[in-house]
Amino acid sequence: MSENRKFYVYGLFVMVGVIFLIRLLYLQVLDNTYETASNSIRTIPDVPMRGQIYDRNGKLIVYNTLVYDLYVTPNKLRVSDTLALCNLLHITRPKFDSLMQAARAFSYRKPSLFLRQLSKQEFARIQDALVDYSGFDYQKSSIRTYSAPTLAHALGYVSEISKKQLENQEYPYYRQGDLVGQSGLEKFYEEHLRGRRGVRYVMQDVNGVDKGSWKNGEMDTVAMAGQNLYTSIDLDLQQYIDSLMQHKAGAVVAIEPSSGEVIAITSAPSYDPALFATREFSKNYSVLQKNPYRPLYNRAVMGSYRPGSTFKTVQALVAMQEGVISPGSVFSHAGAPMKCHGHGGLSGVHSAIQWSCNPYFYHVFRRMIYANTEKNAFKASSIGLKKWHEYTEKFGFGQKLGVDLPSEAKGVLPSVEYYDKRIGKNQWRFGQIYSLSIGEGELLITPLKLANLAATIANRGWFKIPHLVKGVGKNNNPLPEYNEKHETGVARYYFEPVINGMEMAVVRGTVARGAAIPGIQMCGKTGTSQNKKGKDHSIFIAFAPKDNPKIAIAVFVENAGFGGFAAAPVASLVIERYLKGHVDRKAYEAEWMNKNFLQNVILPRSQQPKPKNGAPASKKPDEILVNQANRKPSPVPAP
Amino acid sequence: MYSRNERSITQNIDWLSVLIYATCVSMGLFNVYASVYDPEEQTKLFDLSNSAGRQFMFIGTSVLIIIAILVIDHKFWEVFAPFIYGACIVLLLVVLVVATDIKGSKSWIKFGSFSLQPAEFAKTGTALMLSQFITQPHINLSRWKDIASTTAIILLPMVLIVASKEVGCALVFVSFLIVLYREGLPGIYPSIVLVSVVLFILSLFFSPLYISIGLALFGLLVYYFIIPRYDRNKKTAINLVVIFGLMMFFTTSVEFLVNNVLQTHHRNRIKVLVDPKLDPTGIGWNVTQSKIAIGSGRLWGKGFLDGTQTKFNFVPEQHSDFIFCTIGEEHGFVGSAAVVLLLLGLMSRVVFLAERQRTRFARAYGYCVAGILFFHFLVNIGMTIGLMVVIGIPLPFFSYGGSSTWSFTILLFIFLKLDAQRPYTLSRT
Repeated sequence: MSENRKFYVYGLFVMVGVIFLIRLLYLQVLDNTYETASNSIRTIPDVPMRGQIYDRNGKLIVYNTLVYDLYVTPNKLRVSDTLALCNLLHITRPKFDSLMQAARAFSYRKPSLFLRQLSKQEFARIQDALVDYSGFDYQKSSIRTYSAPTLAHALGYVSEISKKQLENQEYPYYRQGDLVGQSGLEKFYEEHLRGRRGVRYVMQDVNGVDKGSWKNGEMDTVAMAGQNLYTSIDLDLQQYIDSLMQHKAGAVVAIEPSSGEVIAITSAPSYDPALFATREFSKNYSVLQKNPYRPLYNRAVMGSYRPGSTFKTVQALVAMQEGVISPGSVFSHAGAPMKCHGHGGLSGVHSAIQWSCNPYFYHVFRRMIYANTEKNAFKASSIGLKKWHEYTEKFGFGQKLGVDLPSEAKGVLPSVEYYDKRIGKNQWRFGQIYSLSIGEGELLITPLKLANLAATIANRGWFKIPHLVKGVGKNNNPLPEYNEKHETGVARYYFEPVINGMEMAVVRGTVARGAAIPGIQMCGKTGTSQNKKGKDHSIFIAFAPKDNPKIAIAVFVENAGFGGFAAAPVASLVIERYLKGHVDRKAYEAEWMNKNFLQNVILPRSQQPKPKNGAPASKKPDEILVNQANRKPSPVPAP
Repeated sequence: MYSRNERSITQNIDWLSVLIYATCVSMGLFNVYASVYDPEEQTKLFDLSNSAGRQFMFIGTSVLIIIAILVIDHKFWEVFAPFIYGACIVLLLVVLVVATDIKGSKSWIKFGSFSLQPAEFAKTGTALMLSQFITQPHINLSRWKDIASTTAIILLPMVLIVASKEVGCALVFVSFLIVLYREGLPGIYPSIVLVSVVLFILSLFFSPLYISIGLALFGLLVYYFIIPRYDRNKKTAINLVVIFGLMMFFTTSVEFLVNNVLQTHHRNRIKVLVDPKLDPTGIGWNVTQSKIAIGSGRLWGKGFLDGTQTKFNFVPEQHSDFIFCTIGEEHGFVGSAAVVLLLLGLMSRVVFLAERQRTRFARAYGYCVAGILFFHFLVNIGMTIGLMVVIGIPLPFFSYGGSSTWSFTILLFIFLKLDAQRPYTLSRT
């Protein structure tokens, strides 16, 4: 019986073969839909516009300007008068030769990019004249345009895809010469912003003149425009912060506590994002890269600093929740290795925060670490630190928070394993780690995370992951992970003594006089980040108003000294501006805008500015950095 | 007269198959070269830094493999089939643990700069094991018990391959239905598969209502015109109603299957097949570009190295899974028809040779080879001309790739070796 089955098998093979042959005959010979081969049909990639970026009030931050890329196909090139062509294109003869050589090295038959990003005016000037030279071709393209010279780090920039990126892409989408987001939001939301490229088939006559779309566009792939990003950035506040941070190095991050939306995020010194959206990209990039103050470095999310005394808030919360102290606990200064700033008697957690009392928190942390029955001090420290780590971890320290910006730094939240590895298992105890009690030692935290701490305290115990984008495309929602509430596990009522302490710190405590805002209850905590080289970094976290907080902020000013001195006034001005819409303390404002702490920054010896040929070292290092007055905001096109 | 030991290793080998093999492999090499060729870079054929050079090396090493297979005693494959199968399973397990991620699939083991894909070799291992198992005298493929153990042999590697995210490669194992059918599996099983496939495709094009009406009419037709009058009783009628009822149920459930069970990218590939113009987000990109490339070849093609569509990288994976595009574009209908006929010829030749074997093992193995080749042929060429869902499996002997070139060579030449031994083997069936 099975003998005959071979015929069915043969039959199956032959049937499929015949179907394939008929289909091939149809595709290749009978149907001429696919006859793109002939020279009369040209394939034009249709590159969609990249999505635009808006601020929280609907103001345009980033949009696109139409430009023209000029292509050349070497084997079609017919140039009678090269010099005239060079004059037309405003390039020199050697430049022309080197461009042609590069094009020939790429391909004789394929078009190569010749001149990039000609503006509309430039293109209009040469378009007609180009008819005399065959072999040239253009494509519409767009460049990123910024309505204000701010937010460079957060926005990131777009540039031509690198060879490595081209090879490593998971799904083959990009091609040589494509623009791709390289940092910031442009990178994080690349897939949303870029849209999808399409292809058009256009008929041409022998002279390359378009004769309309082929087959009425039946074979075309429609390009999809990129999606817009609706950020939570307040462009006004952002620029105000920029002006406060001029002549300073550091970072400012402001968050709306209830939603986790980032209202402003600044890293100083900064640069004008438009510098990277021009033909001079690589030149500008290398200038910025060589700048000793590292303007390309996004301090807000990558800079890891010791949090200093701002961390005492966390110590107090964790210790109260664990039950090793009560809101009314008082300690004597005796026995602590740190000095105190000098203040009156303490009456509990709130006053310890108010005066930022070092010995107090030394004792708090000591109790936290030794709050177990283990007799051996080494083992007890391990157990205590483990417990402490479990609590503090929930505040988001020592890990990436997950903000929608690439290259966020983890920071360091020392764990048992960390010390075991550094010192050795059971070879360390409280005596070696007590600096953590006042936020020094091995602890490293980014400004973003500290702003998130301020938001967490403002919320009395929970936070949403900070994010800059609150709406992608038509779907006006942030990514789902940003709607989730993260609990710290510290009970709400333990926050009250800490918050009261922060309020009093501003009114009559560690914070510089003048930082209190008339009419607004601001709660803040200073921090002084010890620094091996140069002056301490000044840190301040705050939120306001005390009830129903609208803004939480972290300010870092590098090498500016004591926390209450430099960072607190900046934070105070920013909060006033945000909550009132204007600042009443004009003299104060002017004073802080003009303060220069950049001169305190100690540069590596090789990069210290040295006078050349007797000329004074007048070239200011922040010359090409953002300066509010330098550039007027460019006109925004009507939406 | 030669004694058994002195026979040349090529004696009695089926030269026709070898010739087709050699033709396919060399055509493949030239087309891989054409698909990576860049006129200005003077791509060299024998340069290991490009795919063509590497493919040349794979073919060279294949010759060594062929010699080894011809030297090894033919009994080896039957006797050691379980061990080879076992080794393949172990490799598949190993790959799940140490795999290198390449394009989302975790099925590659890296040795220096070369990667091996054990899934490709598992096909040969399973074919050997299956042939050995089902040709044992006590196995009867119409018994449930034996069907179950046979299915287990096929399913085990399939599951492991799916786990390494190579769904396409795992689907190839469906082709073993052909050998099972030939070796006595009741015809109802392949029929069910065939009918399901046909209904599945139909239901993508027409609404379930129309298909149900059609099925009902067809059922009536069968009852009144095909079934002899003496059989037209209540029992037959009920059977027919049940069968056609099941078919209608299947048809209506296809929509649910497509929308709720399959993953998005699988669903998209099916939708593109049904409606190539369904293209807003570009999910039909590959298929459209592939059809344009092939269609633009016309009758005679644009000539070797003169393809434009494939040169501009419009077709992704054009040197491996979409190699047929290059052939279609540069050699036109003549070239692509030649490829179809060559592969068709090889498959039929293998079936022909299988039928003249004296051992059931050799015959079953021959059918395995033909089945695997057929499945690759069906899916690979089918997808490039828009008749099949896009499933990433290579075109035998043509596509670029060390693992696939070697595994198809091993697969085929084990059979040719078995066939060469035929005159010296006593019949067992």
